[in-house]
Amino acid sequence: MPAKPSFKTLVVSSAVLSLGSIASAMASDDYSDGVVRIGVLTDMSGIYTDLSGEAAVEAVRMAVEDFGGEVNGVPIEVIYGDHRNRADTGASRAREWYNNDGVDMINDLSNSGVALAVAAVADEQQRHAIVNSSSNIGLTNDYCSPYVTHYTYDAYSLAQGTGQSIVEDGGDTWFFLTVDFAFGIGLEEQVSEVVRDAGGQVVGAARHPLDTTDFSSYALQAQASGAEIIGIASTGADAINAINALAEFGVTPDQRPAALLLWYDDIVSLGLDTAQGLLLTNAFYWDANDETREFSQRFYERTGRMPNMAHAGNYSSTIHYLNAVEAAGTDAPDAVSEQMRELEINDFFASGGYIRDNGRMVHDQYLWEVKSPDESEYDYDFLRLVTTIPGEDAFQPLDESTCHLLNGN
Amino acid sequence: MDILGIPLQALLGQLMLGIVNGSFYAVLSLGLAIIFGVLKIVNFAHGAFFMLGAFTAFLLAQYMGLDYWVTLIVAPLLVAAFGMLFEFLFLRRLYGLDPIYGLLLTFSLVLVLEGGFRVAFGSSGQPFATPEQLRGTINLGFMILPLYRGFVIVSALLLCLVTWFIIERTSLGASLRAATERSELTQAFGINVPRLITLTYGVGVGLAAFAGVLAAPIFHVNPSMGSSLVIIIFAVVVIGGLGSIMGAIVTGLGLGVVEGFTRVFYSEFSSTIVFLVMVLVLLLRPAGLFGREEG
Amino acid sequence: MRTLSYTGLALLALALLAVPFVPQLVYSVFVMKTLCFVLFACAFNLLLGHTGILSFGHAAFFGTGAYVTGQLVKAYGVPTDLGILAGGLVAAALGALIGALAIRRSGIYLAMITLALSQLVYFFFLQAPFTGAEDGLQRIPRGTFLGVIDLRSDTALYYVVLGIVAAGLWLVWRTVNSPFGNVLRAIREHEPRAISLGYPVARYKVLVFTISAGLAGIAGSLKAIVFQLAALYDVHWHTSGDVILMTLLGGMNTVFGPAVGAALVSALNHYMDPFGAWVTVITGLVFMTCVLTFRQGVVGELGQWLRSRRASPSAPRARPRSPAQQQ
Repeated sequence: MPAKPSFKTLVVSSAVLSLGSIASAMASDDYSDGVVRIGVLTDMSGIYTDLSGEAAVEAVRMAVEDFGGEVNGVPIEVIYGDHRNRADTGASRAREWYNNDGVDMINDLSNSGVALAVAAVADEQQRHAIVNSSSNIGLTNDYCSPYVTHYTYDAYSLAQGTGQSIVEDGGDTWFFLTVDFAFGIGLEEQVSEVVRDAGGQVVGAARHPLDTTDFSSYALQAQASGAEIIGIASTGADAINAINALAEFGVTPDQRPAALLLWYDDIVSLGLDTAQGLLLTNAFYWDANDETREFSQRFYERTGRMPNMAHAGNYSSTIHYLNAVEAAGTDAPDAVSEQMRELEINDFFASGGYIRDNGRMVHDQYLWEVKSPDESEYDYDFLRLVTTIPGEDAFQPLDESTCHLLNGN
Repeated sequence: MDILGIPLQALLGQLMLGIVNGSFYAVLSLGLAIIFGVLKIVNFAHGAFFMLGAFTAFLLAQYMGLDYWVTLIVAPLLVAAFGMLFEFLFLRRLYGLDPIYGLLLTFSLVLVLEGGFRVAFGSSGQPFATPEQLRGTINLGFMILPLYRGFVIVSALLLCLVTWFIIERTSLGASLRAATERSELTQAFGINVPRLITLTYGVGVGLAAFAGVLAAPIFHVNPSMGSSLVIIIFAVVVIGGLGSIMGAIVTGLGLGVVEGFTRVFYSEFSSTIVFLVMVLVLLLRPAGLFGREEG
Repeated sequence: MRTLSYTGLALLALALLAVPFVPQLVYSVFVMKTLCFVLFACAFNLLLGHTGILSFGHAAFFGTGAYVTGQLVKAYGVPTDLGILAGGLVAAALGALIGALAIRRSGIYLAMITLALSQLVYFFFLQAPFTGAEDGLQRIPRGTFLGVIDLRSDTALYYVVLGIVAAGLWLVWRTVNSPFGNVLRAIREHEPRAISLGYPVARYKVLVFTISAGLAGIAGSLKAIVFQLAALYDVHWHTSGDVILMTLLGGMNTVFGPAVGAALVSALNHYMDPFGAWVTVITGLVFMTCVLTFRQGVVGELGQWLRSRRASPSAPRARPRSPAQQQ
């Protein structure tokens, strides 16, 4: 067991000092019902179970254990729930947790409809929610809240990461295969903007319904477009089917697919044969350095799988939240919010990460390339780092955010 | 030559791909139509059996090292056996009741199967390699077709024709049709009707599983791969005309083509078009395109 | 028997009124959600159980109610009460339209027409810019009821929802136990006879379709206000399937059986989180057991049991009726 992250004792800001008198009191009535309770609201039984699911609960439990199981002498408790990918179920569970069960913070929140709904409840109930496995950029714009943190990645960072890097690399004509959902269309628009700003050209797009299995028609359309890059703006089974069809119909090597939201798990299920050479932006990869390997090894021993960026984000954000509670000396949401934005995040997941006023956690993103089967030397050896995108470039500039919490809005 | 701004050559290519996609629909809707014809039950688990076929093939290849060609035969047989067991133990208790109960039971089976596979193998799916002999492409003049897609058309249509032949042209098929129309009379002739029904369910389920194995190398193998299929397939059967074997096959192919062209002209609508077609057909030709009008 | 059921009803009413005061026992928002589905299922059963029409597209009405109310209240500042009313009316109009098309066929064909049309409705809401597609129509303000009751309080909202759902259920009960309801039953039992008796059967069917859709729409509207969101799942065919399931589990040959079914399904969804990934499998097994063992639904079987206790113990078990059997 490693010691608690060391930085939390290092960072002493003015805000901590002003709250110091409260913190030193450490009275348990500074903590709602004497417990700091974290709820992991995730998809336990549906299509996103591999992206977050039970392993997400385990990641949060690990964080709590590593933190020592208590904060300022107050015990920490982890509970979990299944939102079934339905916004109403998620909102109802969140409401019950905040109102009845004394939950102080809800973590994970896969599925953007659920994330938005829970963010609304969190804002209204003035309790914390940390979104790790959804990409919806509305969370730090129109739907921002002082109690909602968007931690791991978002649609903007995906567009910046993959789009920008590819255009810089010379891939400047694009064709999009987009899932006809708000998420896909948003991602397509975001990347198109990046491409055009960099002097590239978008030659066309095909929008397919969710759960399309046969992408051969789209592969032909992509071929006919003559674009150098086929941007795949979908995720999960849709993205995998699209990549398979592109490979089958031989769009490479003149044309190259670029997956805009591909998860580590998707590469596992594609297999390196098909996935090799794909570019993807992910905030975390288990094999990046000694620290990530150490965490991933422990995670693997508990869950039987390697962590993806959502799992790592769940862990890191839980530690950060607990650090903020410790520094604030209370779990009162406003004080914790202030500390969360004050403290810097330095761990295996992020270095020099910080949370902006609109709730965006800013940290470096990474562009990876999938290795070929020959290059892969051991189990789970899938990715090679192409480039690091500094946090400031990866995320939406504050002056573009429509968040009402920012000055001037 | 262009049609609506699309080169003729590209349209021919799309037609070809539509037929490939339609081959899957044909095999699936054939199975569903047979089951509905004899059992009078909407087999809501049809998509789940499709998934089960693909997964069984994956497991046979992964853990027993079986060749793709062997799994193409063995996996549908295993799934058919499972289906027959399900029919024998549970489904047959619901015969003679409102068909809605059969629908509900098969729907429950979907939950059990999909949920079970998600617990066991996760939600994100498994890689499945195209068999060695079928990698590569053929040049058709107007398009480059991956060899495997060509194989899909040939094997699917062959299977459909064989099934059609057995039902419409052999004595086994004759007793089956007799059992459908006059169950008790057929029984009186010494034919074991319950066994025939079990067999029919097995054949229908086996066809779905075969489509699943066929799909495994090109579509993503995951627990929910069949979940949105069943209502589309059932729409195909209704459009073709309930009880019409040929109707199911032809409509399956036709729908594949219609869907393919929709993907070119109004892609967003491509998964909905089948329902528009169904409304129109049912309002204009109540018994479906190939069904007999019943008094 | 009659006094027994009245006592039961009174106890139930009392329990429902007490819900906001026992937050640790049962959560009022969960009960509100259940109430919405109770109304939805009972409205649906006007068609399935009482007229013998299987609609496989009722999500279209439920979801339309939710979206119409949500959009009116959120974007146009329409008062919540009027918004709910509008949701119900638009859903009813849609019901009249879909019903008029669907009843030209019967049995499985009718079901397929409703499914197909509801898929077109789904497509419309997926494409319409105001719905936010899979993100849903979020942050619908709860507003006030009749200009005086502040619905931001869960307790106030709870009593409003309870009141509206009770009124809706009363309407269902009145419809069933009226001359109109008798004609519906006649249609279910033997449609040709109803026609030969001179009843305008088609008009009756469209009318019951309209009432059913309108109430389903109100249920959707209420859910949109309770959760402050309307989502694609509300118009998805899965929701059409859910309501069939609830109705069958509760018992389609009873007036309030579907209510019990709705409560059962909601509870299954709500209290099974500890089972993690197994929840889908367990739900499937529960449904399977229900279909195979108590086919008349919970309420149907209970009534059967009560009756058989009073009658001779060897009374033959009635088989469930088969409304959708005429194809």
